[in-house]
Amino acid sequence: MTTIAIHNGRVIDPALGRDGIADVVIVDGRIARVGPNEGDAVIDAERIDAGGLVVAPGFVDLHTHLREPGQEHKETIATGTLAAARGGYTTVCAMPNTSPALDSRAAVESVLREADASAVVRVLPIGAITMGRKGAELTPQGELRNAGVVALSDDGDAVADPSLMRHALEYSTQFNLPVAQHCEDPSLVRDGQMHEGWVATRLGLRGRPASAEETMVARDIALAELVGAHLHICHVSSAGSVALIAAARERGARITAEVTPHHLTLTHEEVAFGDDYVRIRYNTHAKVNPPLREETDLEALAIALRDGVIQAIATDHAPHASTDKDIEFDLASPGLTMLETAFGLSMRLVTQGKIDLPTLIERMTIGPVRAWRLDEQPGLEGLGTLAPGALGDVALLDPTSAWTVDPAAFASKGKNTPLAGKTLTGRVVATITGGRLVHETDRVVAL
Amino acid sequence: MTVMASTTAHTATREDPVSPWQHEHVLDLDDFTVPEIETVLNLAERMREVLDRRIARVPALRGYTVVNLFYEPSTRTRASFELAGKVLGADVISVTASTSSVAKGESLIDTVRTLRAMRADAIVMRHSIAGSPYLAAEHTDASIINAGDGSHAHPTQALLDLYTIRDRLGSIRGKRVVMIGDIAHSRVARSDMWGLAAMGAEVVLCGPPTLMPRGLRAGDRPAHAESALPAVTLETDIDRAIDGADVVMALRLQSERQQGGLLPSLHEYAQMYQVTQARLAKAKPGHVLMHPGPKNEGIEIAGDVAAGSNSIIEEQVTNGVAIRMALLYLLSGRTELPGGAPAEGGTANTEGGPRS
Repeated sequence: MTTIAIHNGRVIDPALGRDGIADVVIVDGRIARVGPNEGDAVIDAERIDAGGLVVAPGFVDLHTHLREPGQEHKETIATGTLAAARGGYTTVCAMPNTSPALDSRAAVESVLREADASAVVRVLPIGAITMGRKGAELTPQGELRNAGVVALSDDGDAVADPSLMRHALEYSTQFNLPVAQHCEDPSLVRDGQMHEGWVATRLGLRGRPASAEETMVARDIALAELVGAHLHICHVSSAGSVALIAAARERGARITAEVTPHHLTLTHEEVAFGDDYVRIRYNTHAKVNPPLREETDLEALAIALRDGVIQAIATDHAPHASTDKDIEFDLASPGLTMLETAFGLSMRLVTQGKIDLPTLIERMTIGPVRAWRLDEQPGLEGLGTLAPGALGDVALLDPTSAWTVDPAAFASKGKNTPLAGKTLTGRVVATITGGRLVHETDRVVAL
Repeated sequence: MTVMASTTAHTATREDPVSPWQHEHVLDLDDFTVPEIETVLNLAERMREVLDRRIARVPALRGYTVVNLFYEPSTRTRASFELAGKVLGADVISVTASTSSVAKGESLIDTVRTLRAMRADAIVMRHSIAGSPYLAAEHTDASIINAGDGSHAHPTQALLDLYTIRDRLGSIRGKRVVMIGDIAHSRVARSDMWGLAAMGAEVVLCGPPTLMPRGLRAGDRPAHAESALPAVTLETDIDRAIDGADVVMALRLQSERQQGGLLPSLHEYAQMYQVTQARLAKAKPGHVLMHPGPKNEGIEIAGDVAAGSNSIIEEQVTNGVAIRMALLYLLSGRTELPGGAPAEGGTANTEGGPRS
C-alpha cells in the first residue's frame, strides 16, 4: 500500500467547486481524502510540501499526436507521454493519424499495448472516421469502440465529402462517440500556407482564409443537428467559428469545442516578424493548420473559453523532426509541439485578466472530460476531479514561476516550437498519474 | 539612352562606416533605406557605362565566384546575372536544381552549404517557394541574392525598374506609377511597391479583385502594423488607374490563373485589363510603358503598345544587367572601381572572396 500526502497546497478542483488550502491524500493510486490537515493523520506516507503551490487534478488533453506507430522519429508513446507528464497532463487522447491510421481493432490495440509498456500517463486512443483517413469509406466504429477508442477523428484532414460526414455522424449516434472534425474546407485552403490576411500578403504566401474553417463548422453543425450526433470542433481558430458554435449550443445542439494555447495567444504576425516590421522571417515553427489568426480572433476565443462556449483547451501537440521544419516554407509540416508549454502559454490569459485561474484549470481538466464524457468510460470514474475514489491524477503548479523555453530540454522529440527563448510565467512543478510521481522538478520538497 | 557620367566616387563597402550600403544579402527591398537604393542606382549608372563600351569587360570581380542556383526555369534573369558577373570578370556557373531533390534528401540548406564549401561568394537564387532565399541566407555566409521567390519578391527587377524610371523621367519622387494585372501572384509588384514607395512615388495597383492580395488597404491591418506594408492605392477600373499616370507597368498574366478559376477567361481579362493605346491616352504626355517580361502580347498588353514609342521594355532589360553588376560589386565588398580602362591586375589585392 503506497500513500502520498500533498500538504498545504491551494487545492483547485473546479468539478467540486473547491478552491482553498488543503491536503490531498492518495492511497493506492486513488484519491483518498482532501481537506485541511487531512494528511497529518496519515502514517507511512511519501509527503510533499505544496506550500505556495496550486494542487489541481491532472490535465486532460483531447488532442495529442503521439506519432506511434509509424513516425517514431518524430515522437513515440514513451517520449510523448513523458512530455505530457512534464506539462501536467495525466491523460492524453491520441490522434489516429499514425501509420497505419487507427482504423482497425488491431491498430488501436497496438497503441494500447505500447502504452501499457512505455507510457507514463494514460493514453486514450481516438479512432479514424474514414479508412486510412482517406475520406472515402467509414471505419468500423463499433469495432473501434470495443477496442477502446473514446472518439473519432480524421484530424490533420477534414472529412470533405458532406454526405460521408453526415453518415459518419449518423452512425456514431448508436455508440455515443464524439466525432471530432478538423474544420477546413480543402478546396478553400488548397495549398494555403498561413492565415489569409496582410501578413500573408507581405510574405507572398498563399492564404487559408478563416471562412474555410467557418463554412465547414456551419456545415457540420447543420449535419450534426440533422442526425442528433455529437460533433466536436477541433482547434477552433476564428471569431466566426465561435459565433456559429455559440448559436448552435444555444439551440441545444450537441456541439463541443476545443481551442489550443497557441490559437489563444499567438497571431499570424508570429510567422513573419520578430522585433520590428522591417525585417521578415519565414518561421516554419509558427506554421500550423488551422493557421494562427488575428487579434480579434484571439479576443473572441478567450471570451468563448471563459464563457464555456469552448469547453476545453487542447494542445494539438504535433511534434516534427528538424528535417520537417528546416526546409522551404511550403514544404514544411504544419504543427507545433505544445504539451510542455501548454500551461505556461495558457497562463498568459490569466496574466492578461481574460480568464481566472480556476476557470483555466477547469478547461484543462473537467471541461474536456465532460465534453467527451470520458468519466463514463469504465475505469475512468472521477477523471478530471480530486473527488475521493477518483484516479490519483494530480498536477502541482506554480502559477507565478517564470521560465525560459528551451526546446533542447524538452522530453518530446519534437523541438518545433515558436516559443524558443520566450519567457513563460506558470510552471508545472510535479505530476502524479495514478498515484505515481511521473514528473518532478527541484521545486518539489519532500517532507 | 543618355548615360549620365557620375562624378562621385563609390567606395561603398560594408567596412566603411559612412557607407549607406549595409547588406550582406539582397532578399527584398523592404529593408533597403533610401540612401542604399540610391547607392545601387548610382553605381548602376557607372556599370551601364561599362556595359555600353565596345569591349564591355573589366576585372573588378576577378576571382569572385557567382553561382546561379535556379529551382525554377528562367532564361532572362539567369542570363542577366551571368552577363553581369562576366562583364565584371567574375566566375559564374549556373546550377539548375529541382525541389524534387528534396525527396532525395538533399535539402536546400545542404545545397547552399555545399556551394559555399566550394567557395561560392554569391549565390543567386530563384525558387518557386516564397521565403526560400531567407532560409538559405540563415545558413551561409555567402551572399544570397534573391532572383525571385514564389509570389514574394524580385528585388533586382525592382531596382532595375527604379533605375529605368529615374533614368527616363529624371526622378521617381511624386511620379504616379500604375501596375496592372495579377498583383496577388506578382513578386515584381511586391518588390516594386516597396522600392517605389520608399523613393516617393504614388503607387497604384490595378487588377480584378480575384488577383488582388488582401491587407493592402489602409484599415485592412491594425494600426500598429501600418508600416508593415507600403502605402498604395488599389483600383479595379483600369481607366481610372491610368488617368494621369507617369509610368504604366503591365504585369504578366499566367494562363493558370484562368484554370484556377480566378478569371472567367483570358478574353475577358484582355477586354477589361489590357493596356492599349486608347487607354494610354489618359496617361500623362511623356509617360513610359514598362513590362517585367516575358510578355503575352494581346493579353495584358497590346502589341503596338509594347513596340510603341513610349515603351522602354528593352531598356529595362539592358539596365537589368547594370543593376546586377552593381549589386554583385557591392556585395563583394571590393573597393576598386571599374571606372578606368580595363587594367590587368588592378584588383589583385582584393582577390580571394568577400570575407577573406
